[in-house]
Formats: sequence, structure tokens, C-alpha cells
Amino acid sequence: MSKSDHFDVLIIGAGHAGAQTAIALRQQKFEGTIGIVGDETEHPYERPPLSKDYFLGEKTFDRLLIRPESFWRERKVSLMLGHRAVSLDADARTIFLQDGAKIGYGDLVWAAGGRARRLSCPGFDLGGIHYVRTRADVDALLEDAEAATRVAVIGGGYIGLEAAASLSKLGKAVTLFETADRLLARVAGAPISHFYADAHRRRGVAVLTSINIVEVLGEQDRVFAVRSDHHTFPCDLVIVGIGIIPESEVLAKGGAKVENGVWVDAHGATSLPHVYAAGDCAAGESQFADGARLRIESVQNANDTATSVASSIMGAPRPYAATPWFWSNQFDLKLQTVGLCTGHDEAVVRGDPETESFSVIYLKQGRVIALDCVNNVKDYVQGRKLVELGLSPALSAIVDSDIPLKNLLPPTA
Amino acid sequence: MTILHVTNRDGDIREIDAPDGRSLMETLRNAGYDEIEALCGGSCACATCHVYVDGEVASRLQPMSEDENDLLDAAEDRNERSRLSCQIKLSAGLSGLKITIAPES
Repeated sequence: MSKSDHFDVLIIGAGHAGAQTAIALRQQKFEGTIGIVGDETEHPYERPPLSKDYFLGEKTFDRLLIRPESFWRERKVSLMLGHRAVSLDADARTIFLQDGAKIGYGDLVWAAGGRARRLSCPGFDLGGIHYVRTRADVDALLEDAEAATRVAVIGGGYIGLEAAASLSKLGKAVTLFETADRLLARVAGAPISHFYADAHRRRGVAVLTSINIVEVLGEQDRVFAVRSDHHTFPCDLVIVGIGIIPESEVLAKGGAKVENGVWVDAHGATSLPHVYAAGDCAAGESQFADGARLRIESVQNANDTATSVASSIMGAPRPYAATPWFWSNQFDLKLQTVGLCTGHDEAVVRGDPETESFSVIYLKQGRVIALDCVNNVKDYVQGRKLVELGLSPALSAIVDSDIPLKNLLPPTA
Repeated sequence: MTILHVTNRDGDIREIDAPDGRSLMETLRNAGYDEIEALCGGSCACATCHVYVDGEVASRLQPMSEDENDLLDAAEDRNERSRLSCQIKLSAGLSGLKITIAPES
């Protein structure tokens, strides 16, 4: 961009949240100008398949597009792709791009998401080390993976596990390393952690917990092993899935309240006038976590916070109150989550994990706050109401998988 | 050529020409029906692509899986014509299918 521009609504970030903000504004008959700045060159696309269907070649990239390219023209949404916002002047309502261009706005929506956290140990910059956040990441990874035989996956969260499953399906020998004493420690209870460790091992993935990779070893700028304090593990490819860092520095420097994400109120408004935030980078108080302020990294959250921001801009604010849900596909295992298990004091197993179809119900002082359901859509669907109503069914009924969860609802629900 | 008759949430009816081999969800989304959220991208993990199917050819659709059936229980306004559009693969034999996009849940 060479000239100075202005949009009634300027959206920074062309991921799920940015795209949905524009879609929702047009759905709500917003007639002003809308611009989206995205640092990737692709039209808005779905990220979840990057570690699954796209990774495995089961879906081509055009099928990942959130909307066809023509949609953005027809809805008069200006896409400014391959550009990065580097600073904000909230008083002048202006965003500055890396190439020096400046764009004025009526309202700004910060939906810049997060960037993959990078390795910081010695050897972090060797060839053969990959991340799974963008299409470019995965294209580079796949090209490099063709000749690889032994893969080290660093990080036992959802991205690490999905990548491990995909690589294993591609015929690679995969070893997964997790620093904590169990997988998914940040996002799920111990029964889910143990189930996924066992399930991956049964399918040929070596899963190692309580192990810290302290160095990546290489020769001629190419990885040949990773090293813990006590052992060296040969490998010719490394995948790193150790979380994301929210893209919030520009807003922080611009004067917004930022602490583990951009603070927003129930309507998506930041502490700066005419500046909203949505998606992975926004931190709001959640009624599903007893009012705790947190960031949620999910498509559902990106989509629904964006819709809420659009309503605020339209002057018909609808507070964000959507029930959190999430899914993760690994091998033939379909995990579906409803609610947030943060702060649970009990994780009750319902059904037999050995059958690979079961649920974990999270309780806080007896109240159902979340469910993780593995190959168990019924529990996922029926358990949602238990979470939304904050019910406290008898433990004996919860663990009895012969009793449908809907039978635990009060007659009026 | 697979011709579909689509009714959107405003009640407007339009005919669209669907390419073979794609899901009904992708076809609707690509035809500009932005009411179809399809948040899980077609992996049968949510119920945000709910439609009603009608017409003589509706009986030729593949029956729904147990997972689809269970997920539809999460959709408000479910009826006997309800389907998740991501689970319907289109082919020429389905020309004439009538589709109504379900209300927002």
C-alpha cells in the first residue's frame, strides 16, 4: 500500500476471528467500508486442518478457504494480505503497517491471533525444525518430511499430538517429548492424558513425558538428534508444538491493557476507545471459569467473540456468553470438549477407556463444568446442558454409562 | 449437472448448480450462503451446518451416521428432514434436491 487509506471498520488479522468479524458485520447489514489486514498471503482459511486433513493430503488448500475468494469482493471487504501492522495511534485512530503505509479507522478490531512459540534451546535455528501454525509452515514441513524417517515432536499438547498422529500415519517413526509429567496437562484432566499416551503408544508413537529437550544437535546446519539431560535421540525432523504467544504487543504499546492477551469486556471492547479484540489474542472474563479472565484458543471462541464484536460495532451489543467447545481428531479418535475444565477438583471417568469410547466429566464442588468425550458424541451433546445449567448430579449416576446424560437433567430442561 | 433449490433464512429461493464430489456444506458456503457457519470445517464435530432436505430425491441420500444423528440432537429446530450438510456428498443423482437452511440456533 502506498497511499493513505481509511476504513469504517479496520480488522487486523485474517484468521477465523478477523474473517468472521467481517462476515457478521455484513450479515448484520453494516454498510460502511471494511478492510482486513493479514500478514499471510492466503485468503482467510481454516487452521485446524493444517495438522490433520491438509497435512495428510486428504483436503486441498482451496477446500480450507473460510469463504471463496469471490465472496470478499461481493461483500465489499478489502483484503490487504501480506501486510503486518506494527503500531497504533489510538488518538489519531490510525494503524501503521510495516511498509510505512498508514490506515485510518472508525473502529479497529484486533484479531491478530498468536504466533507459534519458538524453541530457545541451543540448536533452535537448525534446518529441519518446523512449526504448525500457518499454511506456509505446513507446506515447508511436508516438503522436508518426505525424506525424513525419524521425527521428534516437541510438546504434548493438541498440536503436538495431532502432528504426531499425522506423521505416524505417513509412515514416520515418531517420538513425542513432553516436559510435564503428562500430556495435555494445561487443557485436560489426568484420565484424558493417560488415555492419549496409551492410545498413541498402541498406534506406534513413542510417548515420553517428564523429559526436557535441552538441545537440538545438527551437522551442516541440519538436525540429526535432540538431547535431554540424560539421553540423545536421533531424528531427522523436529516438529515443535509448545503453544502460541498472543499477538498483542502493538496494542500494548498503543496504550491498551494487555496481560496474557488483550483485555476485553463482555462486548469485546478493549480499554481503548473504538478498539475491539477477538479470538486467540483476546482475554475476557468467562462465566464458564467462575469469572476468571482467560484466553481461549479455539475456532468456536474466535468465531463467537468476533460475532459479539460485530454486534457491538452495530450498536446492538450482545454480551459474549457462548458455551465453549472444541474438538481434536487424532488417528481414529475424535475428542469433543464442552465447557472449560480449568479449576476442576474432580475428573470422573464415565465408560471404559479401554474401549476407546468414553467420557471424562469435570466437577468443581460437585458441579459439572466440562466434559471431554472420546468417540462419544452422545455424551458430548447431552452433557452440554449439564454444563450450561451448572448441575450437580449424583456421582453414581454420572459414572453409569448405561444412564444417558439427558436423564440427569431436570424435567423442564 | 446437479441443480439444487436452496431456501435461505429470509425465505428467498434460488437454484444453484453444484459441482460433483463436494459436500453440500462446501457447495452452499461457496455459493455465498454465509448463514452456513460450518465451524468444524466438515469433520462432523458440531451442528453449525444444519439444513432441511426435501423433494423426491431426498430419499436417495445416504442414511445418516450415528454421530450425525447424535449431533443433530444438539440443534434446535431439529425435525425429520434435518441433516448436517457437511455429511451429504453431492452427485448428479441428487439433482432437484430441495434444501432449506435451518434457523440460527
